[in-house]
Amino acid sequence: MLGLTRKDAILLAIVTVVALLAPFILNPFPTNSGFAQFNAGYPDLMQRFAIFGIFAIGFNILFGLTGYLSFGHAAFLGVGSYAGIWMMKLLTANIIPGIAASIVVAGLFALIVGFISLRRSGIYFAILTLAFAQMSYALAYSVLTPITGGETGLQLKLNDPRVLDGALAPGERAHANLFGLDMTSSIEMHFGAWQFTFNTGYYIAALVLVLAFYLSIRIFRSPFGMMLRAIKSNNTRMTYTGLNARPYALAAFVISGMYAGLAGGLMVAMDTQVGPERMFWTASGEVVLMTILGGAGTLIGPVLGAGLIKYMENIISKINSGILHEWFYWMPDGLEDFVITLVYPFVGKGWHLTLGIVFMLVVIFLPGGLVEGGQRLRRLAQGKRAKKSATQTNPAE
Amino acid sequence: MSTSNFTRRGMLKTSAVAGAGLAVPTIFTASSVAAFTNDPADQSTVTLGFNVPQSGPYADEGADELRAYELAVEHLNGEGDGGMMQTFSSKALQGNGIMGKKVEYVTGDTQTKSDAARATAKSMIEKDGAVIITGGSSSGVAVAVQALCQEAGVIFMAGLTHANDTTGKDRKANGFRHFFNSWMSGAALAPVLTKEYGTDRKAYHLTADYNWGYTTEEAIRNSTEALGWETVNAVKTPLTQTDFSAYITPVLQSDADVLVLNHYGNNMVNSLTNAVQFGLRDKMVNDKKFEIVVPLYSELMARGAGAAVKGIFGSQNWDWKLQKQLGDRYIGTDAFVKSFGEKYGFPPSQAAHTCYVQTLLYADAVERAGSFNPCAVVEALEGFEFDGLGNGPTLYRAEDHQCFKDVVVVRGKENPENEFDLVEIVEATPVDQVTYAPDAPEFGGADAKLGECNAGA
Repeated sequence: MLGLTRKDAILLAIVTVVALLAPFILNPFPTNSGFAQFNAGYPDLMQRFAIFGIFAIGFNILFGLTGYLSFGHAAFLGVGSYAGIWMMKLLTANIIPGIAASIVVAGLFALIVGFISLRRSGIYFAILTLAFAQMSYALAYSVLTPITGGETGLQLKLNDPRVLDGALAPGERAHANLFGLDMTSSIEMHFGAWQFTFNTGYYIAALVLVLAFYLSIRIFRSPFGMMLRAIKSNNTRMTYTGLNARPYALAAFVISGMYAGLAGGLMVAMDTQVGPERMFWTASGEVVLMTILGGAGTLIGPVLGAGLIKYMENIISKINSGILHEWFYWMPDGLEDFVITLVYPFVGKGWHLTLGIVFMLVVIFLPGGLVEGGQRLRRLAQGKRAKKSATQTNPAE
Repeated sequence: MSTSNFTRRGMLKTSAVAGAGLAVPTIFTASSVAAFTNDPADQSTVTLGFNVPQSGPYADEGADELRAYELAVEHLNGEGDGGMMQTFSSKALQGNGIMGKKVEYVTGDTQTKSDAARATAKSMIEKDGAVIITGGSSSGVAVAVQALCQEAGVIFMAGLTHANDTTGKDRKANGFRHFFNSWMSGAALAPVLTKEYGTDRKAYHLTADYNWGYTTEEAIRNSTEALGWETVNAVKTPLTQTDFSAYITPVLQSDADVLVLNHYGNNMVNSLTNAVQFGLRDKMVNDKKFEIVVPLYSELMARGAGAAVKGIFGSQNWDWKLQKQLGDRYIGTDAFVKSFGEKYGFPPSQAAHTCYVQTLLYADAVERAGSFNPCAVVEALEGFEFDGLGNGPTLYRAEDHQCFKDVVVVRGKENPENEFDLVEIVEATPVDQVTYAPDAPEFGGADAKLGECNAGA
């Protein structure tokens, strides 16, 4: 089906179903319960899951397949975002030209950066990409202020030209839309104590995520993908067989940069604002973490990693001491304070600490990331079953 | 929720037409479609969103802002001694929450990054049902979150943001700023500087290379040049710079006799320390003593720079000693310092003050408007004149949603008594002297428009 093997088709189907049902899956707790704190099914976070999923999938095509660790991928995300918002300011608030421009501009930028950086490999390559990203950040922050808006960034304004759009009615603002379908519009569904939000922007991002995921499967399974894996396993031998590997690596780099640009364009489409922090080196580091946390070189891993990090950033970071007191009010006074003192450093602004611990545990015990965790669980279950059948059949010695 | 083209009725119709595809018994609650975003009408509480930097370079300011917010919530709910509610000229607040609804709050970490700040603000609006977002310690974040609130249809009450743009070219109908701005700093400082240092000075500017730095440099340059000063040079320094030696050496070689440091936070602490270490303060140029000026001061920065701040001029939005030293024009200051001090054990910073005041102003506007509807609140705040919140008589100007009030000019104290008494008040520049036209070129000119207020939903 669609040129996929049965196993891949099942994986794609699972991703599609999960993306479609995300508003239900992410809001498992009733709105008024104490656990509502852990609900993640609101439009902004769902959009982020999808967008950073795309970003990580693209990063994985480079890092997971060729082994080239780019430490400056956020630059492509940022360049894509700036291209996208300029299209929306100058041309139309429809998101299609914006996203197209994001992909193209990020791809061109990746071509330049990749052409230079791929002359080196290993740590030198990582440092080169990091340098490019920090340069882009510094340029956007100050030197290029007329184009990038500097620290304050760019937003849609009432007096933007938007040549393809009609004039705005008085009091009306420009909305990012897809042929009139407003990205921010949502339908809310109440089901008993539960509340589910279906957001237009999220479903568009989710659709793009599924397409991006499909494309990534095809790349993984193609001869081109095999060539990229060959670069990772032994680049020198490739060279000795008379094959120039660099064009393949460059192609992977550009594709991966275009994915990042697509993510940047979608970010602008969902939330019409760009700031230079998007290109800061910590943002580049984040996508590396996402990929490794989920499982580099696996198909679904990066999406899982992106989801986990964004969940912690948005949900764990919002737990403050007031909420902790609500949770532990039933404890005796002294014990309550003691427990809160223990827990507090790991929530709220301490979410980085929690993330760090999770990351360490994953890297030490599950070097293959969350995907390896899943595989081990499955093997454990299967192993038990296998053992059972083994005792039953009693194979001959 | 944000502007929806789908009504509940429309949704019901569509789902009926779709043939009730869902096998599960879908129960839509009977709540009517709200007139504005996060209408708390059928709840007994109302949620405010406090979006402050809890990590990153301005975490200290953020922590103090959060303290002030918690204090304000206590006072609004009738706990504690009421703080500035006792001195506030408007008596609409009763200490029974806002319009009888108990005040609750959610917090988020802006990390002083626009994206992170917008993400937390969005989750407060979309998930927690906040009717107002307030806080922040950077103009970039303030502009980003203000635009978000405009789109989402909630009120934004800015925290610490000093660049002209927030109520200049990036002003928005749903956003309000109590804090003063770069232009006001220039207008307040220039006369004091020329009085102290003479009118024939040559200034050298070191400017942090981002928007706030640019507007501050422009403001100080224009206002000092108008009074006879000459600007020898203006050099931009990277925001991430920690060692300013390379930038100070050229100052020594120029014939400038005043150094203006358009820096904030750690930038200012480092550049000032470097400048003092290079002996600039003991230097004589053109037979005049070399001087250093820091346009935007804060207590937290003064604490960081230590002895280097002695004798250095700057401006502030508010200072905790204001009422003690300049009398009852600044009534409210003592009441606030007292209740803050009793709760936390030290005096509040200007960031804490502005955040506390913004919360009271919002609550008061809701009471006076009789509604949480953002458009009604905007109407109640526009052109609102008040007193008793520590800054003397103050106006929330309708044209750009900027507060106009006296600006405090301060100087680093020679012999501080304790670590909270590092600056002395030189004068409070009267509000008339720091007022400008709403369409001034520094503030986006005639193109800058508030737009229409947005109630969302």
